[in-house]
Amino acid sequence: MLKLEARAEPSRAMAWASPVIALALTALLAAALFAALGKDPLRGLEVFLVEPLNGRRALSEVLLKATPLILIALGLALCYRANVWNIGAEGQFLLGCVGGGAVALWLTQQGIVLPRLAGSTLVLVGGMLGGMLWAAVVALLRDRFNANEILVSLMLVYVAQQLVNWLVFGPWKDPQGFNMPQSRMFDASVLLPPLLERTRLHVGVLVALAAVVAMTLFMFRTYRGFALQVGGLAPMAARYAGFSARGAIWTGLLVSGAMAGLAGAMEVAGPVRQVTPYLSMGYGFTAIIVCFVGRLHPVGVVLAGILLSMLLIGGELAQSRLGLPSALSSVLQGLLLLVLLACDTLINYRIRRVSRQAPRSAA
Amino acid sequence: MSATATQTSATPPRLELHGISKQYPSVRANDAVDLRAQPGEIHAVLGENGAGKSTLMKVIYGAVQPDAGEIRFNGRTVRIASPAAARALGISMVYQHFSLFDTLSAAENVWLGLDRGMSLHEVTRRIGEVAHSYGLDVDPARPVHTLSVGERQRVEIVRALLTDPQLLILDEPTSVLTPQAVDKLFVTLRQLAAKGTSILYISHKLDEIRALCHHCTVLRGGKVTGEVDPARESNASLSRLMIGAEPPELKHQAARAGAVVLCVRGLSLARQDQFDVDLHDIELEVRAGEILGIAGVSGNGQQELLAALSGEDRRAEAGAVLLDGRPVGGHSPRQRRREGLHFVPEERLGRGAVPTMTLAANTLLTRTEAVANGGWLRTRQLTSLAARIIERFGVKAGGPGAAARSLSGGNLQKFIVGREIDARPRLLIVSQPTWGVDVGAAALIRGELLALRDAGCALLVVSEELDELFEISDRLVVIAKGRVSPSMPVAEATVERIGEWMSGLWPGGPASTAKGTAHAEA
Repeated sequence: MLKLEARAEPSRAMAWASPVIALALTALLAAALFAALGKDPLRGLEVFLVEPLNGRRALSEVLLKATPLILIALGLALCYRANVWNIGAEGQFLLGCVGGGAVALWLTQQGIVLPRLAGSTLVLVGGMLGGMLWAAVVALLRDRFNANEILVSLMLVYVAQQLVNWLVFGPWKDPQGFNMPQSRMFDASVLLPPLLERTRLHVGVLVALAAVVAMTLFMFRTYRGFALQVGGLAPMAARYAGFSARGAIWTGLLVSGAMAGLAGAMEVAGPVRQVTPYLSMGYGFTAIIVCFVGRLHPVGVVLAGILLSMLLIGGELAQSRLGLPSALSSVLQGLLLLVLLACDTLINYRIRRVSRQAPRSAA
Repeated sequence: MSATATQTSATPPRLELHGISKQYPSVRANDAVDLRAQPGEIHAVLGENGAGKSTLMKVIYGAVQPDAGEIRFNGRTVRIASPAAARALGISMVYQHFSLFDTLSAAENVWLGLDRGMSLHEVTRRIGEVAHSYGLDVDPARPVHTLSVGERQRVEIVRALLTDPQLLILDEPTSVLTPQAVDKLFVTLRQLAAKGTSILYISHKLDEIRALCHHCTVLRGGKVTGEVDPARESNASLSRLMIGAEPPELKHQAARAGAVVLCVRGLSLARQDQFDVDLHDIELEVRAGEILGIAGVSGNGQQELLAALSGEDRRAEAGAVLLDGRPVGGHSPRQRRREGLHFVPEERLGRGAVPTMTLAANTLLTRTEAVANGGWLRTRQLTSLAARIIERFGVKAGGPGAAARSLSGGNLQKFIVGREIDARPRLLIVSQPTWGVDVGAAALIRGELLALRDAGCALLVVSEELDELFEISDRLVVIAKGRVSPSMPVAEATVERIGEWMSGLWPGGPASTAKGTAHAEA
């Protein structure tokens, strides 16, 4: 008989190995899934794990999609460490698109041509303010009325999507757009400078890396970051120390809202160049998985962001190359998270083989 | 007394344990433990916290399966797979921490705990019978949250007795009782034993064991270190068996009290939760260079008072709490620490320290020396601060990088108390300084508190252990039903008097006002 036994100390080795084991198990399950769908399992795995990394263009696309995932997940990691459960990053991302889009459209319509650095910076700031505004609604309701932030933030996602829809079907609709639900194209002066020629990669990826460094420093080298995490790990200890629980709610939500909004603004000022109803590929939700696969650690978030970006791209490729449904990539994301949570049990427990007769043997 | 219990040894012993061993991942909780209890015997199991008493009782009660060893009950080898199996055999247990639902009545709680299908009406009648025959005064209809701690314990004992147990296990039953309630409990237990029930009495209080028990098995580090007749032993000889040494004597010199450091004036606070306690018009004074002890049964307002003093509860009027004459009632814990008020809470893990964080990080909860301008952490200074506390207070730990939860209770308590003492406070408030701490660490902590007092710090100590308060305090007050008694010098205090006051029976106290108010208002 196998038995789960508590470890005296959590295993450091397992904390690192668990995501790797989870990835391997997910690959195995995915192979079984491909076989069950009548496809060659090896070819299926190749589409998800090899093709996204094949060549300069493919790689640049992986990084392009990893950028919003990493940015959003960084903010969420801080939020979750503070025990504030913001599930609505998707909505804050969309408000980032709206905020960034508003700035970009206004500059475009007024015919104001700024230097590119200034223009794109203004757009990004607009996006961050949009994301923060959406997160502030959650923080206010939680702070004043103790409303559950999980439900409020999640429900605001749908409000945000309707807001985007109203804008692009209504006031922001491009007069020359053949009645399509989309805004006019932004002026080139507000777009993010490209990073690599003949790819869609933009400087946003550098901003994301800078955010990784900043978040690492904030979490592990500042008193404020420490206080936030105490609030998450041991609320009574935070009260004893005198760290403000309200401060944790506001900081966590505003930071994660700003990060999600930044990612949204980068999306409209980067590859999309206009506001449309189809701005997000579920980045805000996928980032939650990125956050946990990355162990709520900024460096882990980078690795997990790249991995989940590969799954997103692999899902598109599987659709075109193998004729598999696009939902497959969501299935694999879910599987990965589920298997990871199961593997994490082994950090605090170990599997022991025991015989039931042992206690009787002395009799 | 012990002779009568052992005469019956012609019949098989009620309970016999042979070579019981239980290994946990990091500790061998029981190592080949033997124990024999006769019918009608009150058998003490004596040991420090962590000696393996609780594990052994859980083995007997079926809550834990031993790795090796044999259990005989009334001469028959048994395997006790679960608490239900234990109850079926006739073994009942009263836990140290009560397992009662606050919102249900006493009868409903007892009813829930019974295996057999009795009606609530029948249970209520039986409670009356049992309560009557053992002098256990319990009103079955009262909701549990209105009962005092002693009454709750009686409900637990009645619940255990309704199953007509042949063996009753009591885990540290007196830790929550006033001295008078302890005497009452002992009468009941002697009565039970006289009717043939065997009682396993777990405790670390030597006086009680010598007064009550016929026989005593001493555990240390999971092993049996002695089997004695407690009536023939002294506290010193029992202590030698329990900790391998006699408890170190503390030198307590008369205090040279200085200026008033903490002054509480008319502090009243309404409860924040249904099961909390209202604070009524509390008056306190603590002077530099003295220790003021607060005695009382837990749940009489200690938590609420401490929260108001530490700043965790900031609803008090500013002027109700004065520190060095300055009103601080509305200040946060961080402000109060800057003003010289430090606090050691009763819960170590989760309040005094974050379990998963390192000791170095845990110093940051109350110490900000290593925080540079702009909020940056100086990690090297943080580590050296933690290392200094570990060194100075003899904390056994893997170093500043060890997680708080990897330390034993006594060592973590030394670290937390050390962290606050090392901050050189003007006023140190300590709740349950040695709760669940081994005797050696407890003596060290008490010694450090006295040394801090001699250095001119004002100390306020809340404890449920009267012995401890008598040992270190200069003056004592008692808290009962959210009110605090006037203080008395410890030299004039007796256990009996403090015990009465713990029920609110001081002149003008909550239990005596019923008589007094008529005159006062007339």
